[in-house]
Amino acid sequence: MTEEFLRLERIHKSFVGVYALKAVDFTIRKGEIHCLVGENGSGKSTLVKIISGVLHPDSGRIVVEGQPVASLASAATMARGIQVIYQDLSLFPNLTVAENIAMAEVKERGGGVVNWDEVRRIARAAMARIQVDLDLDAEVGELPIGVQQLVAICRALTSDLKLLILDEPTASLPKHDIDHLLAVVRDLQAKGIAILFVSHKLNEVFEVAERITILRDGERVATLPPAELDDDRLISLMTGRTLIRNPFTFTDARAPGVLEVRGLSKSNNFEDISFALRAGEIVGLTGLIGSGRTELALALFGINPAERGEIRIDGKPVRIRSVKEAVAAGIAYVPENRLVQGLVMKHSVASNLTAAVLDRLLGRLGLIEAARREALAQEWIKALAIKVSDPEAAVQTLSGGNQQKVVIAKWLAASPRILILDGPTVGVDVMAKAAIHETVRGLAARGMAVLLITDEMPEALGNSNRILLMRAGRIRGELQTAGVQPDELQRLVEARS
Amino acid sequence: MSAARVRLAKGAGEVVRRLLHQNETYLAILILLLSIGIAAINPAFLTYENVAGFVKSCSMVGIMAVGVLFVLVLSGSPDVSFTAIAQVVEYAVAVATLRWGGNIYLALAAAAAMGALMGLLNGVVVHYFRVPTIIVTIATFNIFFGMLYVVTRGKLINIVHPMFRDFGNTLIFPRVSRIGASYGLSLMTLVWLAVAVVGWLILRKTFIGRSVFAIGGNEVAAERLGIPMLRTRLFAFGLVGFLSGVAAVVHLSIVQSVVPNIIVGKELEVIAALVIGGASVFGGKGTVLGAVLGVLLFAILNNGLTLLNFSSYWYNVTIGVVITVAITNSAYQQLRRRRSRVNVKVEA
Repeated sequence: MTEEFLRLERIHKSFVGVYALKAVDFTIRKGEIHCLVGENGSGKSTLVKIISGVLHPDSGRIVVEGQPVASLASAATMARGIQVIYQDLSLFPNLTVAENIAMAEVKERGGGVVNWDEVRRIARAAMARIQVDLDLDAEVGELPIGVQQLVAICRALTSDLKLLILDEPTASLPKHDIDHLLAVVRDLQAKGIAILFVSHKLNEVFEVAERITILRDGERVATLPPAELDDDRLISLMTGRTLIRNPFTFTDARAPGVLEVRGLSKSNNFEDISFALRAGEIVGLTGLIGSGRTELALALFGINPAERGEIRIDGKPVRIRSVKEAVAAGIAYVPENRLVQGLVMKHSVASNLTAAVLDRLLGRLGLIEAARREALAQEWIKALAIKVSDPEAAVQTLSGGNQQKVVIAKWLAASPRILILDGPTVGVDVMAKAAIHETVRGLAARGMAVLLITDEMPEALGNSNRILLMRAGRIRGELQTAGVQPDELQRLVEARS
Repeated sequence: MSAARVRLAKGAGEVVRRLLHQNETYLAILILLLSIGIAAINPAFLTYENVAGFVKSCSMVGIMAVGVLFVLVLSGSPDVSFTAIAQVVEYAVAVATLRWGGNIYLALAAAAAMGALMGLLNGVVVHYFRVPTIIVTIATFNIFFGMLYVVTRGKLINIVHPMFRDFGNTLIFPRVSRIGASYGLSLMTLVWLAVAVVGWLILRKTFIGRSVFAIGGNEVAAERLGIPMLRTRLFAFGLVGFLSGVAAVVHLSIVQSVVPNIIVGKELEVIAALVIGGASVFGGKGTVLGAVLGVLLFAILNNGLTLLNFSSYWYNVTIGVVITVAITNSAYQQLRRRRSRVNVKVEA
């Protein structure tokens, strides 16, 4: 077994009498990629703060490279080679790449007069260690987020780095950048540097992690290799509950048709699209990027109106040339990026929920009536089972899954009958994902017709009763989901011709 | 073309590209065009006598601007108490030298020290009580200025110690005009330039100067990195006070009398000069060169408007317009940057 870099034994930490960590044992080996997961409030940020020396444990033993230490106070931690890259990266957007990378090192050397040649030398040396070549004079705030992350890693590399802690590193990164990041991480590992990922978005990290530690309510519940974990096991370890997943079924053959599309076409977008949605149905829509599925969704929502064909709602033809007409026809569309960007995180749940329908809350004087606002917020909190102690609590205090519900509720406040969800679980953690699926099923059970656009085959199969397959702008097939395996569907999606 | 020449051409291209990126370049061009325009109408504008005159008259504002730049970069909000500090120091120095005499260097040192102490008070409150700079300095402005009137009852001082006249009238490269008056580059202008050079060196070449930028760019990150927050804040606020003290002596030496509300009211002029010089009202950005050019631009405008027989109120209008345009532009740039960052996410 490889040597241990860090060992924490029976660490306790409490804040005003409430336990944040209870007798936690935790080890990181030299050159190991370790992943730390847990729900909000599970104690993972407290643990990271103890490792990085921001907090001191109430009791317990800390051993670094075989030497017991009293605590990991901040400056000492840096000297020992433990560095944290926070989710916000902690860079200086107004300074150059070179200065951002070298700042910590310049400080360590005692400050004084700054030698700019030395600053560039330090930055170049750090970049060389992970084989990246960035423009030293570029202003960091002007760079894409993936490049900024590399700058943050380079900064950590200016010290004698032994353990790099990455706090939610993939949350804001596009796929391509995640791959690059993981390549860099493997490279660091090869140099003997241990990596601790703090994350609950695990798909990517599973590929590289050697061990995964799960915290729940301040206790370590398990440390396992990724091979022994799948989504369901992870959820039950994180939450202590077992998730029962039944595939979505729809049996009401007499349910009325809500939406019917006939021969809808738009050149270079989609061609001759015909399908129907019934009340209470969830229909999956899948196909590769560029198959025309998003264009079709945008057509139904009036953003990208079709050129030919017919849209009927409740059997009556309607004209949808603008978002206003789509909303009037009872259609709601939740785009992928809205799930992350549709909330004002610092504002209350109630404010976010009612933001889209303020006009309905106006009283006689044209002012917002608090009672109506409160009632509407309560109604949606109840309807979607959003877990929040107080509607006036800030959205950022909610768990990921509950935040997503607030977004969906916000769009639902306009009372649509047809809901189009475009990639509703892209970039969310497993818990949030399960919560969203539950919410969508609940909406269908209350008679909403749902069109679920997704790339994930298990998601499509588990949460819809039938699936439309799109390819090159046309619907190439339709299948009932019962009994179909994800890889079968994947083959159908990727098949040419 | 040889390889060396290609490299040279590329280097020159790079220099031009960087220059076009600099706010100062446009400001310098604007100053040039404005000067040519005014001189075309009134040739008296571009004479040694006139230029030396207006760069002397703006040296007080110029010295204060260098100090305020530090706080604006540090906290994304200007110190507005500096005119009150200068006013109090000016009065105190005038009274003290009349009573006890002294020499000009001692007066300068005492004024700077007194100003620095008053500035440090701002820094302490901002650091320990986490109060926004603008609020703290509005409060201390009122305390300093109010106390001045309580103690002095607003009495004017018409005669000051003669050493201030000697100091203020010191000329470098003096000439004598046809009517027998001497003129030339004032020592006051040199004091301003010296302050600017030292300010530039600190901001650009020292760790504490870079810390001012770091804190202005991302306060949380600076704290996490272990940048000495208290020391840097005290330095910036103390420097504003220090330079306000120097500016007070320079002002006293130019006007040779004390009107206890004459410096107060110059805040906007200084802030306008800074923002047009490229300092961001969100913090983290700004240069001494920009601050100097900004002050010069306003001095030229003021002088030009007088030479062209415009009402001096046009000067106030111009300051207001410049602040509005510059701040709107800063905010717009910030917005554009944030939008472009969002787009990166959406593309993926």
